[in-house]
Amino acid sequence: MTIPDPGTWGPMLAILAMAVATYLCRISGVALMSVIPLTPHVRRGLAALPGSIVVATVLPLIERLGVAAGIALLVAVGTMILRRSELLALITGMAAISALRAFGF
Amino acid sequence: MRVDAWRGFPLLEAMSPEPKPQSPGQPAVKAAPITMGGMLLGLRRVSVLIPGIVVFAVAFGAAAAAKGVTGLEAFLMSALVYAGVSQLVAMELWRPEWSWGAIAGLAVVTATVNARMVLQGAALQPWFAQYSRTLNAFHLFFYTDANWLIGTRYQAEGGRDLGVLVGAGLALWLVWIVATMLGYGLGTLVADPRRYGIDLVMPIFFAAMIVPLWRGRRGMVPWVVAGLVALVTAKLVDGYAFIIVGSLAGAITGAFRDDHP
Repeated sequence: MTIPDPGTWGPMLAILAMAVATYLCRISGVALMSVIPLTPHVRRGLAALPGSIVVATVLPLIERLGVAAGIALLVAVGTMILRRSELLALITGMAAISALRAFGF
Repeated sequence: MRVDAWRGFPLLEAMSPEPKPQSPGQPAVKAAPITMGGMLLGLRRVSVLIPGIVVFAVAFGAAAAAKGVTGLEAFLMSALVYAGVSQLVAMELWRPEWSWGAIAGLAVVTATVNARMVLQGAALQPWFAQYSRTLNAFHLFFYTDANWLIGTRYQAEGGRDLGVLVGAGLALWLVWIVATMLGYGLGTLVADPRRYGIDLVMPIFFAAMIVPLWRGRRGMVPWVVAGLVALVTAKLVDGYAFIIVGSLAGAITGAFRDDHP
């Protein structure tokens, strides 16, 4: 006996599969940490985690997206240092990348 | 003992440049009530991120329309998956005919793109653990990069009301769906996300986050390790595995450093 092909339900099943995979990602970190005891080591690791996620996400993306993206992100960080506003950082960062790309960088 | 007093507040203690003093006798695990005020605060916090999220969702909607995805499918994907980067990646892989293998493959790609959520959830677990399992199962459905950024910052300031995340999550989810359909309607008008820097929305929010997370040069060592490991991983492995490998390397470095963070 073979499972019938997804057929017309294919797209819906694909979306459902994505939804399940994503929800498992959302809950599994929380579920995992609820069985790991919060020793000083784990505590320090968790404390280092947010900044590590940010840097580990951004640096390779700059590498992939190019110099213009790197400059735009520096502009955004600079805005954030001066004004502490995510919205302003987004505006200056996107203005920078749009301008740089318009000029062919 | 100081270590005991920290229990339940590891992020608060470690991330805040000027940690709020906790009275040592007070049990730290009691959950703060979820208030309307907290939900409104979440709404206010998320409002500054909304323009960027709208742009991102519009880009996804437009990409979906360009790929020949139906309006209902685009709507369901935004409502049920609700994870921007993975949705855009899915549009790259979208096809007219689906085999079981292709569906499984898409699920695996989605899981690797969203694997950072595992760590983002872990990072805030000590806070979530104070609440019931049902509530966590519910609000985690709405847990995104933006929520994680808001929650991390709110915690660092000493906040404990989970309503902030619930309010921010629900608001953002509605905005995400509406903006998706807007982009779907606009279609090819905005089909080139690169031109307006839409591919940079998520990196900009992440880079901007470095500023409030900054706590001096000593805290930087795990970040440098995370960045270098992520760069090397990105060179060696396709896809988005670099996020989780780099982040874990940073966390492990942080865990085994001798000095206190």
